[in-house]
Amino acid sequence: MTTMEIQTPEAASTHSYRRLVARRIAILVGLTLALVLSVAVDVSLGPARYPVWDVLQTIFAPGGAELQMRVVVWDIRMPMALLAVTVGASLSLAGAQMQTILANPLASPFTLGLSAAASFGAALAMVLGVALVPGAVALMVPINAFAMAMAASLLIFGLSTLRGVTVETIVLLGIALVFSFNAALALLQYFASEQALSAVVFWTMGSLTKATWGKVAVTAAILVVCTPLFARRAWALTAIRLGEVRATAMGVPVKRLRLEALVLVSVLAAVPVSFVGTIGFIGIVGPHVARLLLGEDQRFFLPGAMLSGSVILSATSVLSKAILPGAVLPIGIITALVGVPFFAALILTKGRKSW
Amino acid sequence: MVALSLEHIGANYGRRKILSDATAEIQGGTLTALVGANAAGKSTLFRRIAGHLRGTGHIRLQGAVAHDLRYMPQDTGMTAALTVYESIILALKQGGGGWRLSATELGAVDETLRHFNLSHLADQQLSELSGGQRQAVSIAQTLVSRPKVVLMDEPTSALDLNRQYEILEALRLYAEQTGAVMVLALHDLNQVMRCCTATVALAEGRILASGATLDVLTPDLIRRLYGINSRVERCSQGCPMMIVDGPTAQLAL
Repeated sequence: MTTMEIQTPEAASTHSYRRLVARRIAILVGLTLALVLSVAVDVSLGPARYPVWDVLQTIFAPGGAELQMRVVVWDIRMPMALLAVTVGASLSLAGAQMQTILANPLASPFTLGLSAAASFGAALAMVLGVALVPGAVALMVPINAFAMAMAASLLIFGLSTLRGVTVETIVLLGIALVFSFNAALALLQYFASEQALSAVVFWTMGSLTKATWGKVAVTAAILVVCTPLFARRAWALTAIRLGEVRATAMGVPVKRLRLEALVLVSVLAAVPVSFVGTIGFIGIVGPHVARLLLGEDQRFFLPGAMLSGSVILSATSVLSKAILPGAVLPIGIITALVGVPFFAALILTKGRKSW
Repeated sequence: MVALSLEHIGANYGRRKILSDATAEIQGGTLTALVGANAAGKSTLFRRIAGHLRGTGHIRLQGAVAHDLRYMPQDTGMTAALTVYESIILALKQGGGGWRLSATELGAVDETLRHFNLSHLADQQLSELSGGQRQAVSIAQTLVSRPKVVLMDEPTSALDLNRQYEILEALRLYAEQTGAVMVLALHDLNQVMRCCTATVALAEGRILASGATLDVLTPDLIRRLYGINSRVERCSQGCPMMIVDGPTAQLAL
């Protein structure tokens, strides 16, 4: 009888934890199903109206489909739909880990200046025809964007290694970068020809319409390389959220981990941005949605942030086609217009302090 | 039994010397207090022993290795979206291991929660805890991996009287059961006299005295540590108590 009395509270807290884990796994499964559904709808939608059944048939039995339909589904819609998945996952994962290592809910590729740097790099190519990497003229715009985004993150990375630099300093520096690159971009736009100006404006709106299988493969490969590297450090990354002092006391090499994560995050953010332009919202909202749904145990938060980023961008892609029949609106606009009210509602109704 | 010996320990912050020539022998199995005024170098000594700061001198452990040491800093800032249970798993898992949790690990978390009377808070979010609850959770995080050398920086500063008693008793029991070296930085000298067998007294980065608590905490040493005139007398139950008469400067006037 005495033994039973001692064991009851033990069993209760572990039992309750197991239920929590089961709930989190169910949420991850739910997000995965939502993603599959969203991708399916995304592929079946487009300016050319094909019946859903025909689209599905073209996906699963491409041999029997008409050439035009095969081209539309396989070479246009599928890369777009899948690029939304990989870009959403990359930006959200980058944002999640930036927020984790910098202990700041506002950290994201957008707020730390990576997107602004990429836009400036792209504009350099479009307005002045300057290729930052010689010899790559055909891919001048994405390569310039990537080079500038990496330069911005390496600057942040370099400064963060200096003695006495705190996470607050890094965030403030990122904000300074946003303003600097935006000013430089505005200067380029001021001198740009009408044609170059419209190209720059369209690029900065963010768009998936230039998706190719190559871009899907590159972004997917980066995710395949970076995700296990974060996953291996899941416990240490979670501990960082208890604060630098406590994490260090727990034996986490905080400074080294922060630098390693910054390198991975730079690549994760720079490549998608160079392909699709500025989609600022995902890097902030994806991680917050995952945090509200799953907490910050990285075993759930890491896949959760990737899935929520993918679902949000994929659903936004659907909306960008559905709002104006026959047209595809720039996805960067839709993410902000639709996403912000949704995000605000989620934060205000959830009523739980997560920072 | 575990023992910790400090031999001529020194540490600097930049060019500023914070700790010099600190030498002491600390035995396990009981609670040892580290006392001293604010900025005397208590946290620095802990960080130096824990290996977070480099410096001069030697730190030797008997019956334990560096991996068995846990340091609990004062800072209990807990804003992560984690439950109390998860935060204790997290502390346990920093020693290594994969994503999976074994029944033994879950059992250790349960046992620690129970030992510190925290089972009822297991599902609560860290951000929803009071200051005292956070401190108690922090203590549980520190001890869940059953360390053999424990350094705690002001572990009772946010606790109410009842919880102070409860937690110090749980810590004393832990030391007794495991033979661990437990050094607690404390400000309440009556608490020290009641719970800690040994005391190390630190002033301006130097160890002024170390040994049995009642031998160390003399009115003369308390005057040198805090600038306070005091008496140590026995209460009606026979327990030693420190009675404060006032600051030395004021009395001199």
